[in-house]
Amino acid sequence: MRKVVGVISLLVLLGFLVWGVLLIHPFGYPSPTYMDDYIIENAQEETGNNNVVASVVFDYRGFDTLGEATILFTAVTGVLLVLRTLKRKEDGS
Amino acid sequence: MLSKMVRTVANQLIVFIVIFGLYVIAHGQVTPGGGFQGGAVIVSGVVMLLVAFNANELKKSLRERSLSIMESSGALMFAALAFAGIGTAFFYNLLVGTPIFGHVPPTGANPGDIWTGGVVPLMNLAVGIKVVAGLSAVVLAMALFSSGEEVEE
Amino acid sequence: MMEQIPLNFPFLAAALLIGISFFIIVLKRNLIKLIMGIAIMASGVNLFLVALGYRAGGNAPIYTEVPPGPMVFPVPQALTLTSIVISVAVLALMLTMVIRIYRHTGSLDSEKSRRMKG
Repeated sequence: MRKVVGVISLLVLLGFLVWGVLLIHPFGYPSPTYMDDYIIENAQEETGNNNVVASVVFDYRGFDTLGEATILFTAVTGVLLVLRTLKRKEDGS
Repeated sequence: MLSKMVRTVANQLIVFIVIFGLYVIAHGQVTPGGGFQGGAVIVSGVVMLLVAFNANELKKSLRERSLSIMESSGALMFAALAFAGIGTAFFYNLLVGTPIFGHVPPTGANPGDIWTGGVVPLMNLAVGIKVVAGLSAVVLAMALFSSGEEVEE
Repeated sequence: MMEQIPLNFPFLAAALLIGISFFIIVLKRNLIKLIMGIAIMASGVNLFLVALGYRAGGNAPIYTEVPPGPMVFPVPQALTLTSIVISVAVLALMLTMVIRIYRHTGSLDSEKSRRMKG
């Protein structure tokens, strides 16, 4: 009984997701933005980089990369903290 | 530990994998790539060594102390490069125009030049070192916990 | 609305991936299958982010020997890079918790480790 109610509500959720996706703009013709056009035209003079994606990740939005490096550091510390067994001393000290 | 043929092939292949990973990290400003992608390539090479050899054998070459020092120095270098241009703004690119990494490429399509980019290649190197040390320490700790019982420190 | 289905195909694939992963997370009891469902949902979200910035007939946003024409938007690609790294870190933490649970209770069933005691 509980499984039937769960499956029906998940099917309703799937229907809402598919119906919502069909109302977005057609694929390949997005609405024009000012930020991306400015970045494509002026990234070579201001940062001196041929790769526009690398200059966005490290120069125009470098603060997000700093936060992501902190998340990576915290996750590695958390994993090395959980998988740790202390040695027991044999001579009862 | 697997058979002798697998161990010999893994010993020969690790050289080419590390060279390819360093190439992807170093050419981050000319071709697609960068710090995170090159670090993932080198970590996959370390996982191949972990499958071919035993985890207890690999612990003698990659000590935990040197991995911890490498990761901390990568994070500190990234933060120091961010604070270097504090005179104007927080993440200011202060090496454009100076002869270290500061050529400005001509606008439009051009064959690539490595000595461009300002602060970005040094940041790529710092993030690459951090990713390699962190993810290989995680994989080594998981393999050691499942096989034996002793993990130091 | 029916003529927009052949045009919106990448968005439809991303929405189907997210919907199928909802089924997996709610209805399965094995712990490893739960983690695989979360990984599939992360893949669906990254695909949706990258497909949002495509321009018809565009090239990759890199100026090294690029053929003439318009360029694709570079900002959603930068956001997807951050999202992939964050999902790797969270999945590593989840897998260590599963290793500890298996060592403590001896089974991978999520019904046997529901009560918090001991």
